[in-house]
Amino acid sequence: MQEAAWSYSLVLMTLIVAGFIYVAMHSRQRKTDYGPLVKRAYTWRARFFWLLVLVFFPVMIYNLFDLPYGPRAAQQGPATHTISAIGHMWYWELDKNEVKRGEPVDIHVTSADVNHGFGIYDPSMRLIAQTQAMPGYTNTIRHAFEEAGVYRVLCLEYCGLVHHNMMAEIQVNP
Amino acid sequence: MASYSYTPVPDRGASTGVLAYLVVAALVLLLMMIFGLLLRMEHAQFIEMGPLSFYKLMTVHGIGMVGIVGMAGAAIMWHFLSQYVSLSKGIMWLNLVLFLAGVLLILGGVFVGNFHGAWTFLHPLPSTSMGTWGTGAAAAFLGGLLIIGVGFLLLHLDIARAVIARYGGLGAALGWPQLFGPDDGNAPPPAVVASTMTTIVNLAGIVAGAVILIMMLVNLLFPGFAVDPLLAKALIYFFGHVFINSVIYMAVIAVYEILPRYTQRPWNSNKVFLASWTASTVMVLFIFPHHLLMDFAFPRWFLVMGHVIGYLNTFPILVVTGYGALMIVYRSGIRWDMCTRLLFISLLGWAAGAMPAFIDGTITVNYVMHNTLWVPGHFHTYLLLGMLSMVFGFMYYLGKPQQDTHDASIDVLAYWAYVIGTLGFTLSFLYGGKISAPRRYAVHLPEWLVPDRFAVFFAALLIAAVIVFLLRFFTRLGYMGQDRPRASLVYGASPV
Repeated sequence: MQEAAWSYSLVLMTLIVAGFIYVAMHSRQRKTDYGPLVKRAYTWRARFFWLLVLVFFPVMIYNLFDLPYGPRAAQQGPATHTISAIGHMWYWELDKNEVKRGEPVDIHVTSADVNHGFGIYDPSMRLIAQTQAMPGYTNTIRHAFEEAGVYRVLCLEYCGLVHHNMMAEIQVNP
Repeated sequence: MASYSYTPVPDRGASTGVLAYLVVAALVLLLMMIFGLLLRMEHAQFIEMGPLSFYKLMTVHGIGMVGIVGMAGAAIMWHFLSQYVSLSKGIMWLNLVLFLAGVLLILGGVFVGNFHGAWTFLHPLPSTSMGTWGTGAAAAFLGGLLIIGVGFLLLHLDIARAVIARYGGLGAALGWPQLFGPDDGNAPPPAVVASTMTTIVNLAGIVAGAVILIMMLVNLLFPGFAVDPLLAKALIYFFGHVFINSVIYMAVIAVYEILPRYTQRPWNSNKVFLASWTASTVMVLFIFPHHLLMDFAFPRWFLVMGHVIGYLNTFPILVVTGYGALMIVYRSGIRWDMCTRLLFISLLGWAAGAMPAFIDGTITVNYVMHNTLWVPGHFHTYLLLGMLSMVFGFMYYLGKPQQDTHDASIDVLAYWAYVIGTLGFTLSFLYGGKISAPRRYAVHLPEWLVPDRFAVFFAALLIAAVIVFLLRFFTRLGYMGQDRPRASLVYGASPV
């Protein structure tokens, strides 16, 4: 997902840069009569608008079918295990830190003091799931760990002086 | 009906108040940029300041930048809007005084009281510091922010008063009679439409901000007064997002007002323009849930709204304002000087910055990128290359000694250094997000260091460019109050 976000951003930003460079290169020679140019530009703008609609709307809707707090959780089937995770300044309290690969786990996340962020990093330190840990509320991540290994939990909501050191581990067994 | 011929407008000099805003903005901006550079140097392990200093500087950098771009945006808006409606200079000065008073309180809270709860001050962090700061420090920070908010509230109330007095209502000032009825060609000019939009959203946002700040101040003094963290977070992000978003809608007035003078083409408030600004008014008010997508406790519809509006919000930016700038410049015979270069690139910065923003606002992407360096990546793009380019372009415009003054080579060099520095700096952030580096970490793991080190180089480059821009601004202050034409004439045009 991160690769896709990076690639799509670069492509879209490059297209915008290209448009600006094209116009800058065609800016010095003046066309005195602005009216016809505006009418032609409005025609192109209408096409540009519909192109954006045709590209953006399907992407926007498609991505609503895979929400982390909705259908995705249901697709993974009922959870076989649960983990209770409580954020404290500045450590994580997990009632269990070992799970089996491929088995859906419900991780119930909350906080005992301030806001924290429960971010799960895979063994290659890629962020694979997260939710907020907020006092008075419990957010649930349903996740099936795909690979065996040591996963790390990092705090992803700023929580004070030792925020950067608030880490825990989850062992995923084969 | 819209006319495609340009009617010259008198070019007024800046008032003392506008210049005072710009001077304060220039000084604080440079200081905050240096703080930002120090933060990235700490990430890159080029210096070692320690977590306490890092988080204090991070807090000041965040709140300082938000406040100062607000002041710079307000200066641009006030300068041009005051040419159409009668604004109160007293209120403008009062806002500046309250701003400086608020800044003093915030600096005291941070540097004397050790407050380092970040500019987002999420409840209950200010009242739960584990002994690292006291109640007084948190109260100074929150109180300072409240005072700054009151100043901006008064400024926007004065703008609302003036606009209503001139146009008969906020709807009329947004051009609704021409949008929903026949376009008689008498819609308010873009500067008025934009000022009205920012006033509507900021009045709502600042009131929400004041509500949560007062609630948190009461909670600090009387802990028995409970504040719901989820409600607090929603109010903070509503206020915060609206305010930081509004600054670019204020600053873009410089583009609407200045580019037509250089191209001698009108920027009309036609139906598409008016529709896009009305749509932006609504969307800026309702887009803030895209900051809350990982708070699963919010209602599902609320989070989906943030996702959907994130996509829709790109339309006015790309189709109307960005495209409009391309249209007005294309085959215009424009003379490129520092002002026009900066204003032109500012629209590129805004449009380009919107791309990683809406991608991050996609819920499935946010699930693996929220609160990583991706987030500062996109907002630094639109603030540095977008909003601040508008401010620097405005400064160069005001300070231009003659219509045909040529830029010194060092300014042109600084322009390219700024563009390259900003792109490199923001791409380093975005790449940090791609490799999952969290934001707001005082210490980075070894695997995150490469983009951090590139970021330091590019940040130094862009700060060097900003120093050139600001030195030119300060040396030309004497020209800025003069009423006289500044825009270079287009190629092949007769003098106006």
